[in-house]
Amino acid sequence: MTATTTPPLDELPPRAEAFTPRQPGRARRLAVDSATMVRRGLAHWARQPGQMLANLAFSVMMLIMFAYFLGGGMVVGGGGDYVDFLVPGMLVLTMAFGMETTMVELTSDINRGILDRFRSMPIAPSSVLVGRTLLDLLNSTIGLAVLIGAGWAIGWRWHAGAAELLAALGLLLLLRFAMLWLGVWLALVAGRPEMVQTVQILVWPLSFLSSVFVSPDTMPGWIGTLADWNPISATAGAVRELFGNPAWPGDSWAAQHPEPLAVLWPLALLAVFVPLALRRFSRLGA
Amino acid sequence: MSAQDRTHPPAPRRAAEAVIRVDGLTRTFGRGAEARNALDGLDLTVARGSVHAVLGPNGAGKSTAVRVLTTLLRPTGGRAEVAGFDVVRQPDQVRYRIGLLGQHAAVDEELSGRQNLELFGRLYHLGGRAAAARADELLERFDLADTGRRAIRHYSGGMRRRLDLAASLITRPEVLFLDEPTTGLDPRGRAEVWQAVRSLAGSGATVLLTTQYLEEADQLADLITVIDGGRRIAEGTADQLKSRIGGDRIDVVLRDGGALSAARALLARRFAEERIVSGDDAIVVDADRRLLSVSVDDRMRALTAAVAAFAEAGVEAEDIALRRPTLDEVFLTLTGQPAAAPAPDATPDPQEVTA
Repeated sequence: MTATTTPPLDELPPRAEAFTPRQPGRARRLAVDSATMVRRGLAHWARQPGQMLANLAFSVMMLIMFAYFLGGGMVVGGGGDYVDFLVPGMLVLTMAFGMETTMVELTSDINRGILDRFRSMPIAPSSVLVGRTLLDLLNSTIGLAVLIGAGWAIGWRWHAGAAELLAALGLLLLLRFAMLWLGVWLALVAGRPEMVQTVQILVWPLSFLSSVFVSPDTMPGWIGTLADWNPISATAGAVRELFGNPAWPGDSWAAQHPEPLAVLWPLALLAVFVPLALRRFSRLGA
Repeated sequence: MSAQDRTHPPAPRRAAEAVIRVDGLTRTFGRGAEARNALDGLDLTVARGSVHAVLGPNGAGKSTAVRVLTTLLRPTGGRAEVAGFDVVRQPDQVRYRIGLLGQHAAVDEELSGRQNLELFGRLYHLGGRAAAARADELLERFDLADTGRRAIRHYSGGMRRRLDLAASLITRPEVLFLDEPTTGLDPRGRAEVWQAVRSLAGSGATVLLTTQYLEEADQLADLITVIDGGRRIAEGTADQLKSRIGGDRIDVVLRDGGALSAARALLARRFAEERIVSGDDAIVVDADRRLLSVSVDDRMRALTAAVAAFAEAGVEAEDIALRRPTLDEVFLTLTGQPAAAPAPDATPDPQEVTA
């Protein structure tokens, strides 16, 4: 055989003590491996900042579209400025949008074989999903910061203290986290990046079927009821109250009590979709 | 690096020690009428330090077996142990001790080679500093050190495979699984992988490789297990397997293709007279290559008889060659139809005799 560029591996130094795996316990492994997965995602961001910037630009563009193209025709029931009503709604909408990135990345990992390598390693299996959702939560936090800045620039103000502001941000990210796990589960069920487009189409009507842009009271009977009970409406109502922005609430129980729902809805979604997603993930090898 | 370093001494063989033990392994896909047994009672024992090839046609269950042994897939029944640990009950212990080179490049295409190796090192819980050191070392060893920040999707096929292999070796695994390692590679890439496998074997690692290429199994493996329908149908060294389909073959190439059937009848008559082989059917005709081919037990007597028969009848042969059957022929015999009665102890000499 001709000499090739691959040297004999028997020249590799013997396994040094430093390379001996530490074999951490379960909980520690989940933490360490999830952190490694987040690092991987950050390395992706560093290589392709364009995609992230495009997503940020999209949410700002949506805000401007609704504030200036449509906002002129909007009258907030019960009085108040439409921008003050709109910005919290847009913050909630961003939490529901953009799950496609998570889903596409996850399905491509599955289809490309790198997931097989991960699964043949002694990692906490759930770290693949936990790392993914934490990374996207970080992305969403940046998105929120940018959108709040943009809202401020077009005249939106909050009229409450720092504690309320933090509580509102917490509720927004909680909703995001729940939506991400829903997305992870859907991605695992769909299995292919092409299926993600279907989800993308469904997110639109489901997001608009809420109190994000108008009060559900302005919608026909049963549609308004659906919108009232939409988790997105609950979070929108809650952050509006916390920000001290006009709430334009309806008369239903759901519309009158957004805060408990804004906590319970995401927790319920997480309680359902985290186990479903983890189970589906472990079934990849069943 | 001196020439001496390039030679690879045979791996130390401790015949008693099995590093992989597979016992009645089954794996069913689908349910009810759709159910299909990808593995149907597979038995396999792999000795520590050996290169063991699992050979079989598409759909024989090779990849399923590797996926079960690397803990990617749960078996439906049976038992499998790797490096002393049960693949179902102690998957993490198995995972710390194996490396896997799958059919598809299992690397992050968007990251550089160094980033990939560091990522995997961290996932083996080497810790950040050791992971980085190991990454540098492997890049150097696999001649990838100058790829810098370039993402893997810009790598050539061979480079990608080398990185993939480097990633499989981060923890210096006891057992390395190679699932069709050279499928889709050009000859240069194939030679590189072969070289790496030989080196690994020389360093005492156990290698289990699956392949559809008989030449690959012949070149690399100490022992070959032929599987079909999810079951082991034959096992042995390349020589032992070749012996199973009836010893050596005589190939006769004629000058005149028109004389093929006359020559065939002539040869059949002579072989029958001398009780070497009986029946016309034993002699295979390949008209395109003007070739008669026949399997014989007593090679030298058969060769003498053939040469004499053609000389007496004035049939001109371009070439008469005595050869061992190829693994392809073994394979066809074993998988294509019920195996022919194996010839007991055919000569183990693989040397070719050309008359």
